[in-house]
Amino acid sequence: MAAASNNQPLLEVRNLRIEFPTRRGTLLAVDDVSFDIAPGEVLGVVGESGAGKSLTGNAIIGLLEPPGRVAGGEIRLEGRRIDNLPYEEMRKIRGARIGAIFQDPLTSLNPLYSVGRQLVETIQTHLPLSASQAKARAIELLQEVGIPGAEMRIDHYPHQFSGGMRQRVVIALALCAGPRLIVADEPTTALDVSIQAQIIALLKRLCREHGTAVMLVTHDMGVIAETADRVAVMYAGRVAEIGPVREVVKHAKHPYTKGLMGSIPSLGVRTERLTQIDGAMPRLTEIPPGCAFNPRCTFKGQRCLVERPNLMPAGATRAACWLHDSGGVGAPILKETVDA
Amino acid sequence: MAAASRSGFSGWLHRVSDSDVWWSFKSSPMTVAAAVATFLIIAVAFLSPVLAPHTPFDPATLSLSDGLKPPVLVSPDGEWAFPLGTDDQGRDVLSSIMYGTRLSLIVSLAAVAVAMVLGISLGLISGYFGGAIDAVIMRVADVQLTFPAILVALLIDGVVRGLISVKRHDEIAIFVVVGAIGLSFWVSYARTVRGSVMVEKNKEYVQAARVIGLSPLLIMVRHVLPNVTGPVLVIATLNLGLAIITEATLSFLGVGLPSTEPSLGTLIRLGNEVLQSGDWWITVFPGVTLAALVLAVNLLGDWLRDALNPKLR
Amino acid sequence: MLAFILRRILQSSAVLLAVGLVAFSLFRYVGDPVNAMVGQDTSMEERDALREKLGLNDPAPVQFFHFIANAARGNFGLSYRTSEPVGRLILERVPATLELSFCAAVFVLFVGVPMGVYTGLYPKHWSSRLLQAISLIGISLPTFLIGILLILVFAVTLHWLPSFGRGDTVRVGWWVTNFLTLSGLKALILPAITLGLFQLTLIMRLVRSEMLEVMRTEYIKFARARGLTNRAINFGHALKNTLVPVITVAGLQLGSLIAFAVVTETVFAWPGVGQLFIQSVQFSDIPVMAAYLLLIGLFFVLVNLIVDLLYFAVDPRLRSQGGSARVAGH
Repeated sequence: MAAASNNQPLLEVRNLRIEFPTRRGTLLAVDDVSFDIAPGEVLGVVGESGAGKSLTGNAIIGLLEPPGRVAGGEIRLEGRRIDNLPYEEMRKIRGARIGAIFQDPLTSLNPLYSVGRQLVETIQTHLPLSASQAKARAIELLQEVGIPGAEMRIDHYPHQFSGGMRQRVVIALALCAGPRLIVADEPTTALDVSIQAQIIALLKRLCREHGTAVMLVTHDMGVIAETADRVAVMYAGRVAEIGPVREVVKHAKHPYTKGLMGSIPSLGVRTERLTQIDGAMPRLTEIPPGCAFNPRCTFKGQRCLVERPNLMPAGATRAACWLHDSGGVGAPILKETVDA
Repeated sequence: MAAASRSGFSGWLHRVSDSDVWWSFKSSPMTVAAAVATFLIIAVAFLSPVLAPHTPFDPATLSLSDGLKPPVLVSPDGEWAFPLGTDDQGRDVLSSIMYGTRLSLIVSLAAVAVAMVLGISLGLISGYFGGAIDAVIMRVADVQLTFPAILVALLIDGVVRGLISVKRHDEIAIFVVVGAIGLSFWVSYARTVRGSVMVEKNKEYVQAARVIGLSPLLIMVRHVLPNVTGPVLVIATLNLGLAIITEATLSFLGVGLPSTEPSLGTLIRLGNEVLQSGDWWITVFPGVTLAALVLAVNLLGDWLRDALNPKLR
Repeated sequence: MLAFILRRILQSSAVLLAVGLVAFSLFRYVGDPVNAMVGQDTSMEERDALREKLGLNDPAPVQFFHFIANAARGNFGLSYRTSEPVGRLILERVPATLELSFCAAVFVLFVGVPMGVYTGLYPKHWSSRLLQAISLIGISLPTFLIGILLILVFAVTLHWLPSFGRGDTVRVGWWVTNFLTLSGLKALILPAITLGLFQLTLIMRLVRSEMLEVMRTEYIKFARARGLTNRAINFGHALKNTLVPVITVAGLQLGSLIAFAVVTETVFAWPGVGQLFIQSVQFSDIPVMAAYLLLIGLFFVLVNLIVDLLYFAVDPRLRSQGGSARVAGH
């Protein structure tokens, strides 16, 4: 694996905090999140909506929407700190070093410009190419993302493409200047199920060929299991568990991840029924003290109600759960028997 | 919520003060100022028979020797009896403005009411019956929208003048103006209500009402009208500003209210005739009043639109 | 595309025909064409003869057809007020109104659109807030009041600019123009600003709100994610998308300048068709009113056609759909 051969991570996120000032006080939407992405690696980031995964992605490309703001921590790309760059400096990195793919291909493209024009302007913004060279590259990119008749299609407008084809164009746009990292925020959610697998396969193949790392944000565990090298599970603004995708899927260590895995149907395996996690993720205004997951956790002890766990080694992964601390979860709660 | 359990006026008061609309109202000082200004202008205007220092259009009280006095604060020739000066007939400008504002408001409010009733009715009919009736009403609306309201109002006024004698015209001028402005503003109400009716028409409860023999039209009136209260209120407020302007413009052009019963527009026209001689106050004070009134009403309308439609911010 | 344009022309003709019907009803039933043409002492027989000769006893549709046919040739009968041919009265005054409206339109577009773009891009900046506040005052001031205030300041007090009339004009063929003399140009300034100011605030507010709307869209965010420069995003992507709705409203607004000229021309004693129309309303001069109505209708239809063609230039979605529908915003 390419990731193992290189010591320097491509992207380092350290203790990232994202805040939202609101009418009723400041909300902490992303709290102390840290992870690395190695060159060429695919990191899946999974979680329910509101878990903070998209915000983290937006923070990395420097496009948090106000009033949201990075309140602490740092983000480094190839060792260079990028979370505090001036807008113009960050602009030069976006598109060139970090590409982005958004959820909805129907709205990601400007309806009034041909796809060729949008490709060419992106290429010329970042690479010193003449108009004709840029156009040649644009056609090449369209061919690479599997758009038939690229020479002709380049003059077409977004509305003349189907949803899947548009997402291919969006991928081509993200790849324009040969970025090292692509932040893909729910790239298949808006597409037909039949198209989703194709797009994921395409993204995976292209990134392997170009050696591009991917941060794949999704709530679809199935997509992650198929695509990612490692996975980070987010819950209520924090990373609950992070580790190699096989380990997390097969031997989840955090009770939340376990529940998440139990809710995925898999072909061929006959189980009694899919499990589900009772309750819902707390709203940002109502995150309980201690472990944020404690109201829904069946393994909780007294310690979970007061002390917040950080990521700690747990078998082959790292999990934020006292179950994996030498001190344990503390005294059992009330008279419930805890079978940990 | 606790408020829901309370009843009567205090419950209502609590609901209002707890609502988002009230919150947005309180947090916009501009809107509060506009509301206060609107209220003050309306109150003073309607109390003008009590508050005004003079009765400006009773010829018996006028004296030409009081003519063309400048405002007190700008010239030693001014008199405190006429704080904003007098016109060439010796009429007190302040009193004229108070009476004029009252007339402008009466005409505009009446015109908005006419437009509202007409527009809502036509919108209901158009949306409910659909088909040819709908097509005709909406095409008329399209064609009318092609012309600015002021032009439609002028045209209606001109036609009425053609149909009745000039003498009679002065007597019914106020009704002509109300009708002309009302008829030129109905389209936006009709479109809003029609759109709402089209949506509601196919909902189950209307179908169900039909099945059990209730008049679906009645059911819809009950359900559609509350739904469109917000938009209609916004249109009405913004229309009130436009109606005041339109009335003033018609009167200024000499086809609105006669000079025996001057509205703000008429006052400005009369002042404009002597403007070249430098007697600015006769024009400027009614003008400022008009602008302040319209501005306050527009601010309220703008705020109302934003508060009731968060999507538009 | 051709089908689309043909359909629009057909629709426009229908609108024009409807306006024609109103004008005809005015002309025929509100006014009495015979009364206008004869003296007090004309006998009933003579009147009836004239009636027959003018075709006033024909069935209404035939009369309507004749009315439209005459109108198409610029023949609207005689003015009740001056007994001159209406067509000539109007034609004499058209250049004054068109030149005034043209200057106002230029003023509106070249000042209003940039102001709207600026306030839309920097909505929080103090100068944007100031412009926004001023614009609200702008739409609250009736046109005639703006005119009076401008006259009071620039003509009566400062004596910089004339307060009425067209100044010196030059005749080029049948067209009498202001554009070739200094005094003519100076005379245009105040009326053009007066006429344009209301539309300018409308356009500015419209461009602003559209710009705010567009800046929130996903494709603008994606354009940022592609690392495009602010310049390319603001003036390429955002402005062009703003144009689609702005063109519609701007088209209608600029079209209504001609109609709004009624007020401005009265304030500045500008000898255009608007002033003629006001006089005709005051005197209930029905033939002039009918002709003016048709003229305005024709103008609006033309403006609408131009707007439709502009849509084609701007929006590719229309071009390929064959324009089955006007642009539906997302």
